Amino acid sequence: MTTADPKPVKLLYFAWVREKIGKPSEEIALPATVKTVAETIAWLQARGPEYADAFSRPQVIRTAINQTHVKADATIAGAREIAFFPPVTGG
Amino acid sequence: MTVCVQTEDFDTGREIASLTKNNTNIGAVVTFTGTVRGHAEGGAITSMTLEHYPGMTETELQRIEAEAVARWPLDATRIIHRYGELAPGDNIVLVITASAHRKAAFEAAEFLMDYLKTRAPFWKKETPAELSSEQGAGHWVDAGDADDSALERWKR
Repeated sequence: MTTADPKPVKLLYFAWVREKIGKPSEEIALPATVKTVAETIAWLQARGPEYADAFSRPQVIRTAINQTHVKADATIAGAREIAFFPPVTGG
Repeated sequence: MTVCVQTEDFDTGREIASLTKNNTNIGAVVTFTGTVRGHAEGGAITSMTLEHYPGMTETELQRIEAEAVARWPLDATRIIHRYGELAPGDNIVLVITASAHRKAAFEAAEFLMDYLKTRAPFWKKETPAELSSEQGAGHWVDAGDADDSALERWKR
C-alpha cells in the first residue's frame, strides 16, 4: 500500500434504510476517491444487494454529516459520522 | 427554553405551569399537542413506533428553538417529543410558546411545528391491526409534500 489507510467513518442508517441494510451502524474506511455524499451513496450501492436495495432511489435519501443536515453535493471531508435516512416524519 | 426527547408521557398542564411560573411578563401561552391517530390510509392501526437519531434530534430541536427565539419576542418555549412504541390516542409531541402577546406565541408555535416536521430526525412506523402479532411489522409513514410547502411561508 502506497498511501495511508483512509480514516474510518461511522455510518448510521435509520428507518427503512436501516431495515434494508440490516444493521443500524458500521465503521467503514471510505476510499479517498469518494469525496461527496452522492459519491458515498454510489459507492455503498455497489457493496451488496442489501445496499443496492436501500439506496435504489438516491433522490429520496436524506443525509446528515456530524449530525447536521447536508445536501447530496456536500463534501464528506471532516466527517466523523454520516447518517442516511428517509425524509423525516416526526411531529 | 428547553427541549426534551423521551419515551415517557407528558402532562401539558404541568408543563405550562412550570414554564410560566414567576414570569408575569407573559400574557399569552400557545400549546400544540400531536397525538397518534387510530387509523392510517390502509385502515386501523394498533400502534405507532417512533425511531429517532439520538444526539442529532436534540441538537436539531435546539437549533429550531433558537431560530424561533431569534424571530419572535418569546419569554419561554418548550418542546417535548416522544419516541418508542405508542398507541392510538397517545401524545407524541408538545410545543409550548409563551410571549407578552398572542401573535408571537401563535406564529412561533406554528413555525416550530413546521420546522420540526421537516428537520427533526424522527421516523414513524405504523402497525396495522392485521400485523399486530408480528414483531417489527408495519409500514413506514411517507413524508408529506404539504410539510415541505408549509415551510415556504417562513422563508426570508
